[in-house]
Amino acid sequence: MIEQPSLHLPRRQFLGRASIGLGSAALASLLNPRLFAESASHFAPKAKRIIWLTQAGAPSQLDLLDYKPGLASMFDKDLPDSVRGEQRLTGMTAGQKRFPIAPSVFKFAQYGKSGMWMSELLPHTAKLADEICVIRSLHTEAINHDPAMTLLQTGHQIGGRPSFGAWLSYGLGTENENLPAFVAMISRPSGPTNAQPLHERMWGPGFLPAKYQGVRFTPTKNPVLYLSNPDGITRERRRAMLDDLGELNRLTLAEYQDPETQNRIDQFEMAFRMQASVPELADLSQEPASIFERYGPESKKPGTYAANCILARRLAERGVRFIQLYHRGWDQHNNLPGGIRSQCYDTDQPTAALLTELKERGLLEDTLVIWGGEFGRTVYSQGTLTKDNYGRDHHPRCYSIWMAGAGVKRGHVFGETDDFSYNIVKDPVHIHDLNATALQQLGIEHTKLTYRFQGRDYRLTDVHGEVVKGVLA
Amino acid sequence: MMICRLLLAGSLGMSAGIASEVSYNRDIRPILSDNCFACHGPDEKHRKADLRLDTFDGATADKDGLRALVPGDPAKSELWARLNSPDEDEVMPPPKSHKTVTATQKTALRQWIEQGAKYEKHWSFVPLAPVKVPEVKHADWPRHEVDRFVLSRLEREGLAPSPEATRETLIRRATLDLTGLPPTLAEVDAFLADTSPGAYEKVVARLLKSPHFGERMAVDWLDAARYADSNGYQVDRDRELWPWRDWVIKAFNDNQRFDQFTIEQIAGDLLPNATLEQRIATGFNRNHMLNEEGGIIADEFLAEYTADRVETTAAVWLAQTFNCCRCHDHKFDPFTAKDFYSMKAFFHNTSEKGVGNYSNPIRVNAPPFVKLPAPEIEAKIAGLNGEMKAVNDQLVALAGSSGAGLDDWAQRVAAATVKWETLELIKAEGGDAPPHIASETRTLEAGPQETRANNIKVTARLPAGHFTALRLEFATNVSAAAFQWSEFKVNLPADEGAKVTALALRGIVAGESLAGAETIKLLDNDRKTRTGLSATPASPVQSVFELVTPLVIAAPSEIEIEIGVENANGPSRWRVFATDIEAELLAPSSVVTIAKKESVMRTDAERKQLAEFRLSQQPEHRKLTDQLSALKTKIAAAEGEIPTTLVMDEMKEARPTFVLLRGAYDKTGERVTAATPAVLPALAGGEPRNRLGLAKWLVSPQNPLTARVAVNRLWQQVFGAGLVKTSDDFGAQGAPPSHPELLDWIALEFIRSGWDMKHLMTLMVTSATYRQQSQMTPLLRERDADNRLLARGARFRLMGEFVRDQALATSGLLVEKIGGPSVKPYHPPGLYEQVAAGSGYNVYVPGKGDDLHRRSLYTYWKRSVPNPAMLAFGTPFRESCTLQRPRSNTPLQALNLMNDETYIEASRFLAQRMISDGGSGAEAQLTHGFRLVLSRAPKPEELSVLQRAYARSLADFQKDATAVKSLLSIGGKQTEPGKVTPELAALTTVASTLFCLDETVTKP
Repeated sequence: MIEQPSLHLPRRQFLGRASIGLGSAALASLLNPRLFAESASHFAPKAKRIIWLTQAGAPSQLDLLDYKPGLASMFDKDLPDSVRGEQRLTGMTAGQKRFPIAPSVFKFAQYGKSGMWMSELLPHTAKLADEICVIRSLHTEAINHDPAMTLLQTGHQIGGRPSFGAWLSYGLGTENENLPAFVAMISRPSGPTNAQPLHERMWGPGFLPAKYQGVRFTPTKNPVLYLSNPDGITRERRRAMLDDLGELNRLTLAEYQDPETQNRIDQFEMAFRMQASVPELADLSQEPASIFERYGPESKKPGTYAANCILARRLAERGVRFIQLYHRGWDQHNNLPGGIRSQCYDTDQPTAALLTELKERGLLEDTLVIWGGEFGRTVYSQGTLTKDNYGRDHHPRCYSIWMAGAGVKRGHVFGETDDFSYNIVKDPVHIHDLNATALQQLGIEHTKLTYRFQGRDYRLTDVHGEVVKGVLA
Repeated sequence: MMICRLLLAGSLGMSAGIASEVSYNRDIRPILSDNCFACHGPDEKHRKADLRLDTFDGATADKDGLRALVPGDPAKSELWARLNSPDEDEVMPPPKSHKTVTATQKTALRQWIEQGAKYEKHWSFVPLAPVKVPEVKHADWPRHEVDRFVLSRLEREGLAPSPEATRETLIRRATLDLTGLPPTLAEVDAFLADTSPGAYEKVVARLLKSPHFGERMAVDWLDAARYADSNGYQVDRDRELWPWRDWVIKAFNDNQRFDQFTIEQIAGDLLPNATLEQRIATGFNRNHMLNEEGGIIADEFLAEYTADRVETTAAVWLAQTFNCCRCHDHKFDPFTAKDFYSMKAFFHNTSEKGVGNYSNPIRVNAPPFVKLPAPEIEAKIAGLNGEMKAVNDQLVALAGSSGAGLDDWAQRVAAATVKWETLELIKAEGGDAPPHIASETRTLEAGPQETRANNIKVTARLPAGHFTALRLEFATNVSAAAFQWSEFKVNLPADEGAKVTALALRGIVAGESLAGAETIKLLDNDRKTRTGLSATPASPVQSVFELVTPLVIAAPSEIEIEIGVENANGPSRWRVFATDIEAELLAPSSVVTIAKKESVMRTDAERKQLAEFRLSQQPEHRKLTDQLSALKTKIAAAEGEIPTTLVMDEMKEARPTFVLLRGAYDKTGERVTAATPAVLPALAGGEPRNRLGLAKWLVSPQNPLTARVAVNRLWQQVFGAGLVKTSDDFGAQGAPPSHPELLDWIALEFIRSGWDMKHLMTLMVTSATYRQQSQMTPLLRERDADNRLLARGARFRLMGEFVRDQALATSGLLVEKIGGPSVKPYHPPGLYEQVAAGSGYNVYVPGKGDDLHRRSLYTYWKRSVPNPAMLAFGTPFRESCTLQRPRSNTPLQALNLMNDETYIEASRFLAQRMISDGGSGAEAQLTHGFRLVLSRAPKPEELSVLQRAYARSLADFQKDATAVKSLLSIGGKQTEPGKVTPELAALTTVASTLFCLDETVTKP
């Protein structure tokens, strides 16, 4: 037989070739993800993973988390010009003659020991008020969904840059050799609302190699695209075929000694493992009834936000780094009270159940959970305002999100907006700051996680970003 | 000397053999650029301490007695002192920049200062000058000049080239590189049999004449131009630009000179007597994304599109990262924000709107666009216009005969009382959420509707009687409600055994009801034509439909009403009415008012209005107007079929262009006019300051960049990496060329040959360098793992398009048609619904027949949800210019190759070919399949794996007839039932294994 050359290629060299221009930190991490956390990392990490509960379409902060009691007496009064300032308006309300104030129709109350104000729309989240840290002073530049969501996910309004999850997957690698490091899931609202389109770029690799892109899980027979063997091919037949393939590929490796061949053999084996690990992961049938009760009635329907929250917990348990859930349908330009009720029905209970479960299982300690959308909504009504109905347009200047777990302050509110939730009056937090903070919790100095593309060292936080120390315990 | 070695061993490809003289461009600029220029470089606004280190004058200037550089004297150079300062506040680069200068880099800097700190113009801005072809020791190896440059370098490194690859490898390599397809077995055999000296060159010449050459070359150019079939951004509806894509393929096949290729794409419309083809070519600059989202600001996106054109032009022709100068002067390269906006001025005079028009039907292009010749469709339209004229003539004739009995009818209209009976509603369903029936008020209450192409169905009860018309009322209880109504149908439920009868309806106007132009959209069976209803509590909307055949009902009966809805922004309230009045007495309020007047009191205009309305009720008139509207619909549809393509045009008055401060569209600075970057040779006097002038400037022989950039990208295409590895960045932050003299020699040769792309391709693929085998050796792995020195052939994974094309070709499924509208091959179901807007229209419907098996560059490309198989292989999103695809190797690629219907079907057809053409016996058939895919015979050890696999699978499938049938029925193209055998199933799994091989998906 032919002589077997040394197949144990120097790993560093192999990586060096496979990944052009890796930053040294990222390279180190790929050599050994755990090593990165201990020695090469910039700080001791608090978080091992992120669950990003992305509320696409922009939930109204005025009706959920940013209580403005003073508005009740200002129903249908004009928003003072001094408040509005030079804020640009979208084409949807630019032609409006009046900007009448629409107080929230929802009741707010204080919850938990922290006495955090929350709206009646979030009864389940409210019970966890002492676990979360609400940021009321997040802001962005974009006023339209696509650029704003792209900014939130990639740190830039125009497509082409890697998403947060891709950066993380590049920087920290995976903890589970049978699953991708970055998983995205999308749920549609159960109610008849306007579901904003998303875009593959939002979990895309940008200019990073494709292996860092988010892998989308779908509620179908193929939770990951092309996962299932074709009809007629059993798992045994697949195994046998992969053995043949491996044998042939090893002959190629012996002849060409190309590390990419070894890599390809490994990727086929990973694919085979995923064919087992992903269906096992996606199969909720073994979850006890009490779990479904906890996540609410929608959780038994595959593909709902509630079912995806259960999946998120299962992914976290299995060491997936970045778990991105999208729930669409928050874009209430009109008929906001009805629309937002339906959205909260879909999301409030499962979100709280997820948080509770993470806590019970000891995962919240090293899982950073972030809940929020791409911008806020206006205090003034879009379209006609009545006592019990109104719409709200896009508002980039301030909005509210919350974070929890992994070294984030508990039962805390950070940042403050004016009486109209129109401008920030204290502690502004830009999306870049949020990302810098999240990276820090993962043990990464945000200015050091770089990738050279077209002559420039790019970062998730571009040239911006300050860690928001005020939200960290 | 020792130092030099150390220093240069780190920067791969730049190693030994250089003199002890440090070169600024090669050795020093990268260090300074990485570490210093961001604060001490060209960007004046952000320059720290007023010190610039990118010029000799700047670095040696006296600053309060200190000089950053004192040539020849490191000890007196402040730069040296700062580099080595122990003080955290003094040391450079500052700790918080996270930049570090390594010890070897410091040594190089020291040596450079000692040698006089000589600066050089950045290599890529140095004008091209004749290069001496080097002498080599092994003069028998080179086939032409390219090889002498490569060998001379290898000899300096003490390395030898690799042996020539096998002939099977050579033909497979060249065919894949020049056509993106594998060679056929006949082509392989012919080449193996041709032992004449020029046999390989003959193959190359044949491949360059293949129409698939243009298809192969186009793929990289489509990446560069960010070509797609949808507009991108949130709404991401279709656009039509494939005629430009076909223009590109043809240009490559015709071997259009690269300078002309450039000029036509940038300014074809400005050429004297521009042809349609030349205008189509300008689609290059319309490939950028276009936002159709509601509520966007046109100026903001005009700024985006024009910036995209500047950045793309700078990247594709100059390999400069102009995107940096959109907000500020470049940090590393000598370009300013003013340069950026002066370039923008070239692209800012097109009659585009800045926003798309979402109310346009899908696929209608955003102006400017041109129509393509479509003689058949145009002839059809001419015929329809003729028919329309004939009908119009008849209508005119008919009008002359009206007037009889008018007064009598008017009296009856005036006297009539229209009684509308509110119908009882029994049940309702459909819509986004179940609608509710309020029995007391006989009202249907529906919520907001988001799902497109949806239906709300309501069952109403008609009492016994005689009915002539129905009325629908749309009302709301909220301040304002809008409803997108697309279709309306009324059915009589079937008696047992009978069919449902759809009642024939005619929209009419009665009282203040909807105009005929609106109701017609509800009855045309076309969901794209919709009526927008908007109601407030005080003003509901009525619509009235005459029953073409009055309904006579003996006992109370049910009717089913179907309301097609596309969107409703709020709740709606519906009621249904019926009347028994004679239909000819139903008239609009305006007509009734006139009818009520005494005959003599009517003005001429009123009399005419009355007569016209009366005429419109006549059966003959109705017949003709129906014909007319049907013809109009046909003409509109035919016009919609005429392909169009996006182009550039030039407005008479140029839009003013300003520097945008920090890139913000609404913060204008200094006004600028069209100009090329100041640092590069000026636009020739006499050339117009428009896109044509710009295009000519780009390809002027004085331009130091374009030829270098273009040949480098072709080199990258063939050898896997450019001579300049950063093919998209020839700036200070980019990599220096591995073989600078070779790059310049080829660039000059390109210009000398008349920018002849086929000549250049020939030069590369006939070189001895190209013909080397691609095996790695321990020595090469240690010395040059990345193959920058070219001591072996290039081996890298095929682009995703060619992985698929190869499977289609070898299985015999490939449909070789060139060009045409993009097609929709297999695609996992449900992807669009999960990600894209709404539902209904936004569904991927796979094509049929030939569409399933076209080359991958014709696959429909939707930017928000690009073809997932291509995406898995790293095809860019096509949202912005891409000049280098990152190559990766992922489990998703493995899953795709193993399980995608595309490959399972191709495996079956490859298996069929093994049986039909492979001869008898498994060994012959397996060998045949292997050769079809890899162009070579299997080695004994490979064959034995295949035989074992086949025997095992055969035994397995012989026991599982269901599996055989299932596996062999995957894909759109069927196998004859008689051929569905365990043998075919077993060969299909072997074929699938062949498609998954590393060697299959890799250029050999």
